[in-house]
Amino acid sequence: MSQNSPTGKPRKQIHLAAHFPGVNNTTVWSDPRSGSHIEFDSFLRFAQAAERAKFDFLFLAEGLRLREQGGQIYDLDVVGRPDTFTILAALAAVTDRLGLAGTINSTFNEPYEVARQFASLDHLSGGRAAWNVVTSWDAFTGENFRRGGYLAQEDRYERAKLFMRTTWELFDSWRGEEIVADKETGVFLADATVGTFERHDAQFDIRGRFDVPRSPQGRPVIFQAGDSDEGREFAAATADAIFSRHATLEAGRPFYADVKARLTKYGRTPEQLLILPAATFVLGDTDAEAREYADVVRRQQVSGQTAIRFLEQLWNRDLSEYDPDGPLPDVDPVVGENAIARGRASVRMYRDPLQTAKEWRELATAKKLSIRELMIEVTGRQSFVGSPATVAAEIDDLVQRDASDGFILVPHITPDGLDDFADKVVPILQERGVFRTDYAGTTLRDHLGLAPLEVPLPAGRR
Amino acid sequence: MPAPLPLHLAVALEGAGWHPSAWRDPRARADELLSPAYWTDLVREAETGTLDLVTVEDSLGIQTTSPDGPDDRVDQVRGRLDAVLIAARVAPVTRGVGVVPVATVTHTEPFHVSKAIATLDYVSRGRAGWQVRVSPREWEAELFGRRTVPAIGSDLDAPESVAAMEELFDEAADYVEVVRRLWDSWEDDAEIRDVATGRFVDREKLHYIDFEGRWFSVRGPSIVPRPPQGQPLVTALAHRSVPYRFAAKAADVVFVTAHDAEEAGRIVAEVRHEQAAAGRQDEPLHVFGDLVVFLADDERAAAERKAHLDALSGTDFTSDAPVFVGTPGGLADRLEDLRGAGLTGFRLRPGTIPHDLEAVTRGLVPELRRRGIFRERYDAPTLRGRLGLERPANRYAATTGGAR
Repeated sequence: MSQNSPTGKPRKQIHLAAHFPGVNNTTVWSDPRSGSHIEFDSFLRFAQAAERAKFDFLFLAEGLRLREQGGQIYDLDVVGRPDTFTILAALAAVTDRLGLAGTINSTFNEPYEVARQFASLDHLSGGRAAWNVVTSWDAFTGENFRRGGYLAQEDRYERAKLFMRTTWELFDSWRGEEIVADKETGVFLADATVGTFERHDAQFDIRGRFDVPRSPQGRPVIFQAGDSDEGREFAAATADAIFSRHATLEAGRPFYADVKARLTKYGRTPEQLLILPAATFVLGDTDAEAREYADVVRRQQVSGQTAIRFLEQLWNRDLSEYDPDGPLPDVDPVVGENAIARGRASVRMYRDPLQTAKEWRELATAKKLSIRELMIEVTGRQSFVGSPATVAAEIDDLVQRDASDGFILVPHITPDGLDDFADKVVPILQERGVFRTDYAGTTLRDHLGLAPLEVPLPAGRR
Repeated sequence: MPAPLPLHLAVALEGAGWHPSAWRDPRARADELLSPAYWTDLVREAETGTLDLVTVEDSLGIQTTSPDGPDDRVDQVRGRLDAVLIAARVAPVTRGVGVVPVATVTHTEPFHVSKAIATLDYVSRGRAGWQVRVSPREWEAELFGRRTVPAIGSDLDAPESVAAMEELFDEAADYVEVVRRLWDSWEDDAEIRDVATGRFVDREKLHYIDFEGRWFSVRGPSIVPRPPQGQPLVTALAHRSVPYRFAAKAADVVFVTAHDAEEAGRIVAEVRHEQAAAGRQDEPLHVFGDLVVFLADDERAAAERKAHLDALSGTDFTSDAPVFVGTPGGLADRLEDLRGAGLTGFRLRPGTIPHDLEAVTRGLVPELRRRGIFRERYDAPTLRGRLGLERPANRYAATTGGAR
């Protein structure tokens, strides 16, 4: 295989991660192969498949309130999930190298607690912890917490920044050489005041001594998912990897170029921030077989009922009387705060419901689509569909052409949905020389090609 | 003569042991206290003794000898890992022993603790518990900066101290109530995966807990389905009337620190009285006696072990709990004596680890078995089952209607 990419540059090494299938309609629970999304055995099997395939890390999303629609708990998708820290710590026991990444929001937690949880996870996994910092959450979720949902959107973002800086200060309050544990002299600690911190800012008024000594990675690897201008800037300044939604060549390349270009002003190189889009896949023995199966999967993901519920999220009104196999409603969406769907990220994506409805109507008319057919058309289509050879070539192509540095793969079946990819696609990528055949290091920072942290840190990153 | 009731046995794991100089014991793994292998080995050792459970100590603030804040000592263990994560890390590599981490209530969110312990129950397949701890220290409140805490003065029996304690433990009681409701907020058969109707869950079997109290309002339901045990084991350490009342109301196991049989009898009577006052007289509530133990094959060697550690630390070791120094056989006698006063089990705090932990599992346990008062093997798959506690009915299951 050629060592050079189509653009003539040395071939980039691809980063791959596995996202445990979660609480959304892309997770197909009606398939007979679909197992538990809660029992530990499912996480164990999923993690071990990812590690067998030498993936960089496993990723868990977060949700702190069950989603609702029309004033009722949404019951058509997988509902419920276990606690992120607990699952990741348990997975550390049954894996050796796989990175362990969790989304932990900064609104309904406190820095001291989150810092000690991530530092503990990093110790207990031998340096494999990663934190996906989410920057906002809603008052609906706040009803499960004593803090409540009082933070305004702009304050939540500010809080996220200050939250992260504060946790860094805590992580860095131990340099890593303080524990002497000399039984002869009786000196356990080289520094009597190690861990001392003080933080007084718009969000936090805290002081004391952090009680978790420096962990193998120093801090967890930091992931972010920001897509807005502000989010991209935040990631460029602070993150080690960014989770994007742009898994295509057309959308991926501009995003990639934009984000990487922002790094210079923070004194960072392009290698210090990886761009990892979330991606789905459907495999078949041939491309035609995969396409056929992909259609089946899409219809499993978008039942008639699911299509109506999707439409309600944009229309912001009860559409239960409509026939999913019939045309779109002729009434317009209700504009304003979404009262129908709560706790769903997708709702926030429809910034201009009337315009979106207009586009959907035009698309449905032009292609003669029913409600269900339209929803299959406009919601989350599969990223990679084809034979293992086709999918491997596409992934490699996207990475070499700088649409991404790799992908976070989301199978549609729990827990064994990754197996085919691990067993059939990964060997081809390895053969092409673009994916590791074994782990070169022990920590997640090693897998991601990130240099070890230096202590103390450069002022620009504090 | 009827066969004696089996005795329940736990160990409390803390760093290198409960003696402040334990880390200097020749066998102490002082530079491994933050490693997963250390904790895995300890919990597996407890499991070789078929102990009911291990508790994993924790606190929010750094270890200190001062009530007013961190001290500047460098001759004792400082630094620790989050106990819930330690418990989760050891759960998949053990099969029998219960795992019961400390989680503090005063500054944390009940929703988070509820889902963490529920998940610990999943990853341990029904062996999870929780030791509830309040955090009355102002310097610990400053780590969070969200609130102040009612100050408990140095005279614990002064009315202001009692009032402050009541406030902290009333909040803890509300906290446990929120956590327990969240554990029940999914009925056991809520997940239906009904392909015909397209419904993954039966939403009638998911319940808003709608807790409204002085400290919390929590809506629910939990995001974690009801854990394997239904209700993981709730435990608490208690030294005086206010926490006895709390534990009698909220816990499944209360750890007490009776120094002799007479005191044990008094405490048990008070706990039982409070249990009845809380309307729980028909529910099992275990009262375990806590003891710090320094063990050796003969009494003199045990005394020398402790004396050596005391010399290293420069003071005679004392504890809230009684300190036992002697042989496993002597300890067995002591436990039998205390048990006669109504304690249903014991939690032993090893003075040094691994030495005193192994003396429990390899010395005390065989002795108790010889006396016919301790199990030969795990006889129930869940922690509750082992303690004779049934899997509780779901408080919401009997109601009609369910969630909206």
